Amino acid sequence: MRAIMLSIAAVMTFAVPVLSIAVEDPLARGEAVAREWDRRDRGFGDSKTTLRMILENRQGKQSERRLRMEILEAADENDGDKSLVVFEVPRDVKGTALLSYAHILEADDQWLYLPALKRVKRISSSNKSGPFMGSEFAYEDISSQELKKYDYKWLRDEPCGKSECFVLEQRPLYKNSGYTRQVAWYDKDEYRLQRIDYYDRKDDLLKTLTFGEYKQHLGKYWRSHNMYMVNQQTGKKTRLVYEEFKFRNGLKDKDFTQNRLKRMR
Amino acid sequence: MKSANFLLTILAGVSSSVMAVELGGWGEMEVRYSPSNPLYAGQQQNSASIATQPEFYQEWADGRSFTFVPFYRYDSADKQRTHADIREAMLLWPRENYELRVGIGKVFWGVTEASHLVDIINQTDLVESIDGEEKLGQPMVNLTLLTDKGTFDFFVLPYFRERTFPGRAGRLRFDTFIDSGRGAVYENEAREHHVDYAVRYSNTIGNLDIGISDFYGTTREPAYLAGVDTNGNLNIIPFYEIINQTGLDLQYTDEAWLWKLEAIYRHGQADGSYYAVDAGIEYTFSGPGLRGTDLGLIVEYMYDSRNFGADTRAPAVGDYISSRSNTFLNNDYLIGVRLAFNDADSSEVLAAFIQDIDNHSSVFQLEASRRIGDRWKAELDAYVFMDAKKDPLLGSLREDSFVQLALKYYF
Repeated sequence: MRAIMLSIAAVMTFAVPVLSIAVEDPLARGEAVAREWDRRDRGFGDSKTTLRMILENRQGKQSERRLRMEILEAADENDGDKSLVVFEVPRDVKGTALLSYAHILEADDQWLYLPALKRVKRISSSNKSGPFMGSEFAYEDISSQELKKYDYKWLRDEPCGKSECFVLEQRPLYKNSGYTRQVAWYDKDEYRLQRIDYYDRKDDLLKTLTFGEYKQHLGKYWRSHNMYMVNQQTGKKTRLVYEEFKFRNGLKDKDFTQNRLKRMR
Repeated sequence: MKSANFLLTILAGVSSSVMAVELGGWGEMEVRYSPSNPLYAGQQQNSASIATQPEFYQEWADGRSFTFVPFYRYDSADKQRTHADIREAMLLWPRENYELRVGIGKVFWGVTEASHLVDIINQTDLVESIDGEEKLGQPMVNLTLLTDKGTFDFFVLPYFRERTFPGRAGRLRFDTFIDSGRGAVYENEAREHHVDYAVRYSNTIGNLDIGISDFYGTTREPAYLAGVDTNGNLNIIPFYEIINQTGLDLQYTDEAWLWKLEAIYRHGQADGSYYAVDAGIEYTFSGPGLRGTDLGLIVEYMYDSRNFGADTRAPAVGDYISSRSNTFLNNDYLIGVRLAFNDADSSEVLAAFIQDIDNHSSVFQLEASRRIGDRWKAELDAYVFMDAKKDPLLGSLREDSFVQLALKYYF
């Protein structure tokens, strides 16, 4: 009796968005989950954050990077966000800054500022699979995650930690990705990413990313404050620890220019 | 005096609500080894040197900031390379639609790798590095207007800095010693106090980054006059004329391809007017096959329209020695490879080969660096001069091939 009550409760909670698409094919179902994930994150405006990136090699030796990141949400859902990343540690790259205009399918526009030379360089962004700052995160992993960058297929539902997850297969639609596909776990409670498995071009498991310490901001937007990437082929690891997020700082397009890049520290 | 008053007014105007104070910078030890014996009397074979460049930064709550970056190097061989400079002492006011900078600073313009034709605001600190990428601090007032149509930069440059040259004991110098100690000669009687002006427009239009600039004032790149020292020996005196230089720099970025162009037209120096071009491409290979490494191939061509006819006469005192002494990149190409390993130590290698198409003299250049731990960085540089005797400028450096290792500590 109790079991029945519980399952009724479960249906009440979860079935509303899922039930309507349950009869559809896995592609439509996957698309619907991703669409909901995207919808829930719309409207954050802009954010500022400080983060530590802890690299660990096979021998367990750690080194740390510290950086600041500013993001301006694209008003148009057919375009990507603008972002500015400034390095603080290690010291030799202090003040080095990267400005990106993300696009959905075309290559991003990127400018790199080299403080020692006072030089802003427009750089090629085609190395999407290249490591970011020597970490296990590729450029494509840290660049803005947009709905239309992938196609989606629902694989199954399964428990993930304390909650239940949708498991989706997502294939990059943009050029030069290092992945054939990703398998991603979204929790059913809040559509938060819990884990991503990355498969390389030979379709072997390359990396596993787990998301922890989710916090809700502005009563709406969930951000993981601890992301852990493990390279399954090399044993190298990178942990991203976000110190704080500040939303709606009033950032504008004018704050994401080459001139601003030169002023960043 | 007037400018000192102006500066005081500015300093007084800066409010006391300090947001952030930062101290940073670096110190380094460097050794240079040359396998060949020096060509000229007084030159030392090898050298060791130490340098430091601390950095002080202060920011106020309203966004204003002050940056102070002094520099000092002690060199065991060359008295002229032992030198100090203020690289930066700059007040900055950033506003939504403009930025104002007053003080001493550095500005870089350009896109190419082999030469930096367009880059004219700062004087080259040649004793630091012969690639021309090290610069002396330049006093300036710089107003930057940020508009929807692009960025407009206006510069007033009230004081001129003379180029640094190696001393008698230093390598990488001409056979006839450049007497920077005795003082340069100027076309304008205001000498280093001649006020120079520059303006630049820059914009990004899709995949195209464009810069158009004009400079009027004392040339940063001197001509050379024949002179005599107090002992009656022939020497070379730098001659700074008033020039007008118009510059264009373009880069078109198409995925892994970068198309680059720098061009200048200069009037007022030695042979009258001339133009120079550096144009090329850079293609970057990347992807899983390269395991995260970026492999860039660079090809550039350099041309300089100045008269390059061999000057066989012995110059009389006061004569231009030859305007071609200014550059050896007159009809040359560069082939280079850039490797960025994207590893935890940020290991990078740049190897470039530059050859003169007319006389086949060439230079091989290597720059490699990697981080050691969190605060150290090792930098290896090498220059090899080949068949240099055939080139009037490079010929003086033909025995000066060297390897240099520097260890830098960031604090």
